[in-house]
Amino acid sequence: MRVTVRLFARLRDIVGAARLTRELPEDATARLLWNTLAEEHAGLVAYRDAVSIAVNAEYSKMNRRLADGDEVAFLPPVSGG
Amino acid sequence: MGVAPFAVTHEPLRVDDLMLAVGGPVEGGRPLVGAVTMFLGLVRGENLGRRVVRLEYESYEPLAVKVFERIAAEVREHWSGSRLALHHRLGALGVGEASVAIAAAAPHRAEAFAACRYAIERVKQIAPIWKKEFFEDGHTWIEGALADPDDRGAREDAYRRACA
Repeated sequence: MRVTVRLFARLRDIVGAARLTRELPEDATARLLWNTLAEEHAGLVAYRDAVSIAVNAEYSKMNRRLADGDEVAFLPPVSGG
Repeated sequence: MGVAPFAVTHEPLRVDDLMLAVGGPVEGGRPLVGAVTMFLGLVRGENLGRRVVRLEYESYEPLAVKVFERIAAEVREHWSGSRLALHHRLGALGVGEASVAIAAAAPHRAEAFAACRYAIERVKQIAPIWKKEFFEDGHTWIEGALADPDDRGAREDAYRRACA
């Protein structure tokens, strides 16, 4: 399956892209997707326990099973206001 | 024409829009609204001893609007009869400009003040918005709270601050 990844703030800087697509095995979780990205971009490793996730613009969890066409956003700690 | 109660926008924030969205002073009145409070967060020209020259905000926009709606639902749970409007600015902001504007309407002033305070605490906890601070000699992303809307402790902390 194919998913879209959205990255924000420092995570975007680390990866060098705001949006990318990834091919994943069926039954892949958001955690698997994150681990795949962290293997490619070592700077992400520090965020392992400091990242929130949204799937299709709803907050979700790392154990979420993804589906073809999902938009998965990885969110560093927020600083609005 | 109605004004969107929840929005992220690159345009300067307009206090009048928020007032309209919560039904603040209107001719003929809204019999159950006895108080409206408003909070504006401004770009401060100093942070942790360094001079700040500007901020840049970005957001995951569709989620941000849903989070604002969620905060308003939480506010209604805590203070029945209250209404909220919440706008957050995006893009580059100079010192003194408003980055966030919140209006809370309620039957009485205590509820209106508390609802407004609760809302800004929740924005800081769970709104998918990030700011980058620019100094005279560099810039840095600000990273605050790990956003988890289901974290009951965070929600209780916001409620305590609202009612302090």
